[in-house]
Amino acid sequence: MIRVVLPAHLRTLARISGEVQVDAGTSPTTRAVIDAIERRYPMLRGTIRDRRTQARRPFVRFFACERDLSHDSIDAPLPQAVTSGAEPLLIVGAIAGG
Amino acid sequence: MSAVRVLVGTRKGAFVLSSDEKRERWDVTGPHFAGWEIYHVKASPVNPDRMYASQTSGWFGQVVQRSDDGGKTWSPVGNEFAYDGVPGTHQWYDGTSRPWEFKRAWHFEPSLRDPETVYAGIEDAALFKSTDGGQTWRELSGLRTHSTGSSWQPGAGGMCLHTIIEDPTDEKRLFVAISAAGAFRSDDAGQTWKPINRGLKSEYIPDPDAEVGHCVHRIAMHPSRSNVLYMQKHWDVMRSDDAGDSWHEVSGNLPTDFGFVIDVHAHEPQTIFVVPIKSDSEHFPLDGKLQVFRSRTGGGQWEALTDGLPQENCYVNVLRDAMAVDSLDSCGVYFGTTGGQVYASADGGDHWKAIVRDLPAVLSVEVQTLQ
Repeated sequence: MIRVVLPAHLRTLARISGEVQVDAGTSPTTRAVIDAIERRYPMLRGTIRDRRTQARRPFVRFFACERDLSHDSIDAPLPQAVTSGAEPLLIVGAIAGG
Repeated sequence: MSAVRVLVGTRKGAFVLSSDEKRERWDVTGPHFAGWEIYHVKASPVNPDRMYASQTSGWFGQVVQRSDDGGKTWSPVGNEFAYDGVPGTHQWYDGTSRPWEFKRAWHFEPSLRDPETVYAGIEDAALFKSTDGGQTWRELSGLRTHSTGSSWQPGAGGMCLHTIIEDPTDEKRLFVAISAAGAFRSDDAGQTWKPINRGLKSEYIPDPDAEVGHCVHRIAMHPSRSNVLYMQKHWDVMRSDDAGDSWHEVSGNLPTDFGFVIDVHAHEPQTIFVVPIKSDSEHFPLDGKLQVFRSRTGGGQWEALTDGLPQENCYVNVLRDAMAVDSLDSCGVYFGTTGGQVYASADGGDHWKAIVRDLPAVLSVEVQTLQ
């Protein structure tokens, strides 16, 4: 299971608190994690990635293990520490004021 | 006993202001959807418990919320607004071409006839329709694919479709307005559209009386006179007596005819309200005095309404969707400001009082009159 931390606004929208754990298959990628999140929480469709293009929304970032994964391939394997459950995948709203 | 519910969309959430028919004491609830921009909240005229809210964010995109219990609880519904076919391009601020791209829903217009039917006005400008209570959306693409579409351009707020009016006497007739393309009418339930901008003059476009390109800020209609339309254009207050086929200016003695809102008295089809704003480069009231202007003659002759409104040091704006009227015997008029005040008059504009003073910037105000 992959541990995922969502931004506060998306936790509110999905009516969840704390971390989410999702099953992203045997070779988890960022895409597989988002697919799993959107299956479980359909109200989040379109909020992390564009519904039409499936591209990451510009003000959303993916962090893990003190690294920025936002510009890695969405199909790249997630770090071992994330797949083992030692570290969460952080989905973060970019710092942009407001 | 009647009651009034004011639905307020702001930069940081939605608020519901409720009162009995006296409209003296108000209960304020919110923020709903705290921290999100709520461009618009509107209830079905057929089922007052059915409401739609446009919840948007520069970070997380568009969410559409629906309530079936008068705003007590809300659930997300469909947020997929896919343009029909290849969207093509429109004109950018600098005159270059840009692809059509969904940004947000500015305005929801629940149908006059069916609580499951609702229209959505979109940026980049397009009209969508849902017939299943907002679960799925289909573009009425005859508007966007009009032969003039590639020449439409954004106003300062974006290229938004902000006004949607159903003709209460003709279910096939719809009016919409787009900044900055102008006004359009469909006589076949939204399948085909024609620009209705004859008589508009806009000095900020190469051909001031062009068929399209006008920055229409708002259109209002009284339901008893569906051929009479009132328009607050960027500059100029306009009137049409032939369902938009032609327009004439009714700015009359207004101290400035720039502004955003315009609305019609619930029981007097010739009585209209505007809030003049100094200019397109100074979006605040003239001389720091917040004034509503009322015409009882359908435009032309205007009187300033100031009782209860700040008459010094007031530099707020009143945005295009932020005025509404109730339909109680003594018509209530409401408007919200970018300073977070929502002002109400229970006597057709003669006297005003702030219901709330310190909300986030107000984007939209709608009113329900409940029996």
